[in-house]
Amino acid sequence: MSQTLAEKILSEHVGHDIQPNEFIGVKVDLAYVQDGTGPLTVRQLEKLGFNQLYNPQQTIVFLDHASPSPRKELSNDHKLLRSFCHKTGAILSDIGNGISHNVVNEQYANPGDVIVGADSHTCTNGAMCAFAIGMGSTDIAVAMVLGHTWMRVPESWKIVVNGAFKQGVFAKDFMLYFIGSVKADGATYKALEFTGPAMDSLSMAGRLTISNMAVESGAKVGLFNSDEITDDYLKTIGRAEKFRPISADPNASYEKILEYDADQLVPMLACPHFVDHVKPVNQVQSIHVDQVFIGTSTNGRLEDFQKAAAILKGRKVAMGTRLLITPGSRKVLLDGMSDGTFQILAEAGGVITGPGCGACVGVHEGVLGDGEVCVSTQNRNFKGRMGNPNAYIYLASPATAAASACTGKITDPREFM
Amino acid sequence: MDRLRGRAWKFGDGISTDHIAPGRLFHLRSNLFELAKHVLEDARPEFPQRVQKGDFVIGGRNFGQGSSREHAPTIIKMAGISAVIAKSFARIFFRNCINVGLPALMIDTTKINEGDELELSLFKGQLVNVTQNETYTFPPLPPLMANILSDGGLIEHIKKNKDFKFD
Repeated sequence: MSQTLAEKILSEHVGHDIQPNEFIGVKVDLAYVQDGTGPLTVRQLEKLGFNQLYNPQQTIVFLDHASPSPRKELSNDHKLLRSFCHKTGAILSDIGNGISHNVVNEQYANPGDVIVGADSHTCTNGAMCAFAIGMGSTDIAVAMVLGHTWMRVPESWKIVVNGAFKQGVFAKDFMLYFIGSVKADGATYKALEFTGPAMDSLSMAGRLTISNMAVESGAKVGLFNSDEITDDYLKTIGRAEKFRPISADPNASYEKILEYDADQLVPMLACPHFVDHVKPVNQVQSIHVDQVFIGTSTNGRLEDFQKAAAILKGRKVAMGTRLLITPGSRKVLLDGMSDGTFQILAEAGGVITGPGCGACVGVHEGVLGDGEVCVSTQNRNFKGRMGNPNAYIYLASPATAAASACTGKITDPREFM
Repeated sequence: MDRLRGRAWKFGDGISTDHIAPGRLFHLRSNLFELAKHVLEDARPEFPQRVQKGDFVIGGRNFGQGSSREHAPTIIKMAGISAVIAKSFARIFFRNCINVGLPALMIDTTKINEGDELELSLFKGQLVNVTQNETYTFPPLPPLMANILSDGGLIEHIKKNKDFKFD
């Protein structure tokens, strides 16, 4: 039977061919929580009266949202989570290790895996051709104990991107454009498959940016083929043996096929206060920016910081503007230290914070003041997202963010190229 | 859980999990009682103080968009809300509603007005707008989700059945 990527991965985990709209029990390869959702998972496990985890080595707790903790309530949550890992044998990824999805990508996610996480951006590792989906704390608690979960098999959409990205235009710009066009609920419940020359040639960092934001269109997951790029990537991070090629069958059936032309894309921004409120940069440039934030599960990889450094090298952050640089993982921090990327960003005036979610969720390390404007490389700009409902968040690529940090206003990065 | 009656509180499209459980109150996630005092306050500041047990939250499109935080439907339930009714839901939020035992129904809410008196019968699949004398029917949930909801939530369902009960 001809299958889409989603159908292939799920069929393997169920043991027989499956169809869209079927309700299935699915074996889970990895289950994880973060420090915002984990404490509720732990409490629900107590209510369940559980005895032990199905597989402690496939259960991870990430301390990333409050890394390090800014206040005692969160410190106590961290204590609860550390104690849970100690008692059950689950893997603890402590503060400073990095954002869950970024660390999972580096160390755990394999092509063909089914991954569930108590965080909506678990879909990030769809870029690794893993069926990776976000769920609530209780769903993850049950998955941790049973070793499986339930799903409704999604319909698949093929997103074909032809052509090539022009200079100054990146994966983030495409994804913002896509979400702006299908809208925040346009692809609800769907499994997106990104393909076509402009997607197939994307580096893993670019793919991760796109898959990370699949949920912002309502989608269940955003998948890429497991191909030569995946193979090379796994080799560079020392997990070559985990590669296997996976792609959809040529005659697979899709509910919808959408085509885009990368040649036509320009730098885009999502404007306050909705992710699908997307405009090309020329419509919002010259807006004064108080804070620029580069990092997160969307754009917290070395390649993202290198793009920012290429623009900021030899320049200074504008007066009246702050630049926050938050590596997505310890690996990125170390790599960026040794190749000089963070040196450049610090010399330009960037504030380098420890690996983690940083300012993204409004917990700490860059909460906005009243009326302030932030250009961020994160994936969500809802009112109040960064800790102050009386503030304005624009989402952009690392290049656009860096250009804006130089001028103090929203700026087209192509002016620096 | 049948024959629930209360007042309609009307919200617009795209109510996010940041509207429901604001990001700046992240530190209250392990104190749900306190967090519940702020439910939906960034959408309607007066809501937490004035909502009465049995009332309904009425939304537009894509209700619950955003985060997977289960705290969002949990504190709506703690506020005594009978059900969340919206034109459409974000998928993680919808699944979380069922998991915490909070009925979530997809109905065209265009004609429901702020303050309307509503009566919900889950078993019959019927919502009556008593104020406007109008009846809406809605299809049943898929069997597994209906089982989870009628058991009172996912924990109760798993305790009872030891696994997911698909039919």
